Amino acid sequence: MSWYIFNRLWQGVIVVLSVVVVVFVLTRLIGDPVRVMLPLEATPEQRALFEAQLGLDRPILEQFVTYVRDVAVLDFGESLWQRRPVIEIIAERAPATVLLSVVAIAFAVLMAVPLGVVAALRPEGLVDRIVVVISLLGLSIPQFWLGLLFIVFFSLMLGWLPTSGAGGIDHLILPALTLALPAMTRMVMVVRSTMIDQLNAQYVKVLRAKGMRPWRVVAVHALRNSAVPILTIAGWEFIRIVSGYTVVVETVFAWPGLGLTAIQAIERQDLILLQAIVFVTSIAVVVINIGLDILYKAIDPRIEIGSQ
Amino acid sequence: MTEPLLRVDALEVEFLTRSGRVHAVRGISFDMAPGQALGLVGESGCGKSVTSQAIMGLVQLPGRITAGDVRWKGKSLIGPEADAYRQDVCGRDIAMVFQDPMTSLDPLFTVGDQIGEVLVRHLGLSPAAARIRAIELLDRVHIREPEKRVDQYPHEFSGGMRQRVLIAMALASEPDLLIADEPTTALDVTVQAGILDLLAELQRDLSLAVLMITHDLGVVARLCQDVAVMYAGEIVEDGPAERMLHRPAHPYTAGLVSATPTLALTRHRLRTIDGQPPDLRRPRGPCSFRPRCANAVAACAEAPALEARSEGAGRLACYNPIAQKANGAIPAADAAPRLGREEAPLVEVRNLSVHYPIGRRGLFAKREILKAVDGVSFDIWPGETLGLVGESGSGKTTTGRAILRAVPPTAGSIKFDGQEITSLGREPLRRLRRDMQIIFQDPYSSLNPRMTVQDIVAEPLIVHGIETNPDRLRERVARLLELVGLPADAAERHPHAFSGGQRQRVGIARALTLEPRFIIADEPVSALDVSIRAQVVNLMQDLQAQLGLTYLFIAHDLAVVRHIADRVAIMKAGQIIEIGPVDEVYANPMEDYTRALLDAVPEIGDPPARAAGG
Ligand code: SF4
Repeated sequence: MSWYIFNRLWQGVIVVLSVVVVVFVLTRLIGDPVRVMLPLEATPEQRALFEAQLGLDRPILEQFVTYVRDVAVLDFGESLWQRRPVIEIIAERAPATVLLSVVAIAFAVLMAVPLGVVAALRPEGLVDRIVVVISLLGLSIPQFWLGLLFIVFFSLMLGWLPTSGAGGIDHLILPALTLALPAMTRMVMVVRSTMIDQLNAQYVKVLRAKGMRPWRVVAVHALRNSAVPILTIAGWEFIRIVSGYTVVVETVFAWPGLGLTAIQAIERQDLILLQAIVFVTSIAVVVINIGLDILYKAIDPRIEIGSQ
Repeated sequence: MTEPLLRVDALEVEFLTRSGRVHAVRGISFDMAPGQALGLVGESGCGKSVTSQAIMGLVQLPGRITAGDVRWKGKSLIGPEADAYRQDVCGRDIAMVFQDPMTSLDPLFTVGDQIGEVLVRHLGLSPAAARIRAIELLDRVHIREPEKRVDQYPHEFSGGMRQRVLIAMALASEPDLLIADEPTTALDVTVQAGILDLLAELQRDLSLAVLMITHDLGVVARLCQDVAVMYAGEIVEDGPAERMLHRPAHPYTAGLVSATPTLALTRHRLRTIDGQPPDLRRPRGPCSFRPRCANAVAACAEAPALEARSEGAGRLACYNPIAQKANGAIPAADAAPRLGREEAPLVEVRNLSVHYPIGRRGLFAKREILKAVDGVSFDIWPGETLGLVGESGSGKTTTGRAILRAVPPTAGSIKFDGQEITSLGREPLRRLRRDMQIIFQDPYSSLNPRMTVQDIVAEPLIVHGIETNPDRLRERVARLLELVGLPADAAERHPHAFSGGQRQRVGIARALTLEPRFIIADEPVSALDVSIRAQVVNLMQDLQAQLGLTYLFIAHDLAVVRHIADRVAIMKAGQIIEIGPVDEVYANPMEDYTRALLDAVPEIGDPPARAAGG
């Protein structure tokens, strides 16, 4: 157990280090950061000053060492746009994104698992057909459009929920649903097909022959055996939400999280802030993956050190 | 008369398939008394497993019970009104053990939990009490260190141990009847013997009734007092095991008995039952065995009823039963072992080793090496058959593959016809492959389903650029098909149109296409039913005599090897531990392991099982 986790952590560290290097190289490759960040009419003196501030006039190796040392203590520098430490902005905005993503993935799982299981109990039955149709529909609707649809319907027409911004739980519902529904439609197909496989497995036949109650066969045995594939797809969807979809949905609903902040940073050409958000998001992805691996191990005793 | 423990009464089960209604079970009736061990015997597709599922209420769509009744202690288990009673009985009073122990346990729960849930469900024990009882049950099925094993997961147990766990699980609810559906078929012979001993012991000590479903008459002989033989969804004969196995009356029972190879006879021709089982989509008409029956008379145009025998116990469905004991085997034309030792060996293997690196455990651990074959030496002379016998993991298959150069040998030398082949380049190897062919175990997966038999058999000729003229190809294929006993119109059909035995004939025809001198047969008959197996074994012997072939016959089945081989090599853990003429090795094994293997083979001639409770 501890070996397995150690291995995973170790791999995580390697990934984080690569992210550090990639972010460093990218920001120096995409052109002159000074030109991107300063207004066009800046004088050469201003440029030189700015370059010195950022340390861009020093040798590349020295720049890298300084950069790594700063990142290690979470010092990402100062935002050009807000004129305060980037880490402060992130600390302020991240909780909103975490809250939105967690609620969204929870919605998705809580809808996908029961629907998928019920569909699998009678493949080609009524529920199964409905689930398949819904999931095909869900796959073909763009997310921003779904969000706008929700706003028009629930907020403007029915007036049940606020259109945008943050506040109470009512502000959370629409953006979370907008994130959850497409994820749910992808997950439900995975739940359905794994459950169908498991329910046809020999051990299920044996459980029935043992006279186990049907709900126990399904909910305790077959579902747990389906958990690894379900977790894999749920983890994947979670990562997609955290690292991408929140950018769209937070913008649509003006939800004050990291995604919205990233868009604002791009608009204001605040490369330093953007770089820090990318970095923090990558760390989040790595942490989610390690968490998943530990969960796999807890579910399936056969998973061994070093195997997938 | 009082009701028996279990009564199956005119039971019929149907399956709706795309190609029509399959009448899998066609009105079978039998009773079981408390403590009785009954063997329900038949070949694949005869309906024996479906019968057991019907008793347990496990028949699922597209299958359904269309007629008849299953009564447990006088009350019906069939139909919606019986739901509550069935849920009470099935799993508690009637427990079941299945064929495949590797997939029968839920991999994510400890064996203790899986035994425990039966105790909680049926006996109402608390989880703590269930754990203690689970330990006792593991001990009961002779699993060592049960206190430790109870908390382990299925993947920490071997196949035989898992089957013991499954038996312990079946015993947990203290059943009156245990249904065992081919419980040892997937296991090695020595492991199988252990499981059979265990079942016999439990049956005796717990006065447990056992319904043993199997295709193997040897297994029946070891365990059962009574036997019922099924053919095409019906019971054709039943009665005490002694009589059924030694004085069978029904021509099919007699055919099964004489088609089963025994350890006692060398290079004898097996009796076969010609032909194929009938198509179960057809409704009942004449005796379903009639097309294969040598005893058929005019009356057989109408199906015979299963009636009590005129003398002795048991029932029989036949108008013209076999009068006296069937002769087990008839001598082959060429029964003497031919060891042409004056010539040089065709194949010489010296110190052959095949090692595989296996996965690394942990970051810095050393790579482990699997010694699949570890310093093996033997010769095969022209025209002889060497049997290579071993249990799973013994390295017998890898040895065969190394000779074919399908896996690279790690060390050692292999000479074919005096030529060293371990170092051959691509082109000479290609030429060599014309002389060496292989026949596989599984006739289903080794033939490309999209090709016609014509294309399958002709393919090697085309690949090797020997013959491309379509007319001459067709002619050659026709000759080969005739040689292996397939009808001429087989050429145009696809593999799925054939039964298992016929497919294996296609596989043999394909192996013969290039007129090889040496054939490696890797478990060529172990996937086939008894009556079909005998046909294929006889075919291989005929072809050897006709074409002067040399065989390396790889198998786990000692009895089959005795019938076909001149000499036998016993493999264990990558090494040959004993090699010699079959008569000597079988009569006088030098090694304990060989003796253990031979003792483990269940045989028809084994002493009959003791009477129940006796
Ligand atoms: S009834 Fe006739 S055809 Fe059927 S087994 Fe008996 S003799 Fe053969």
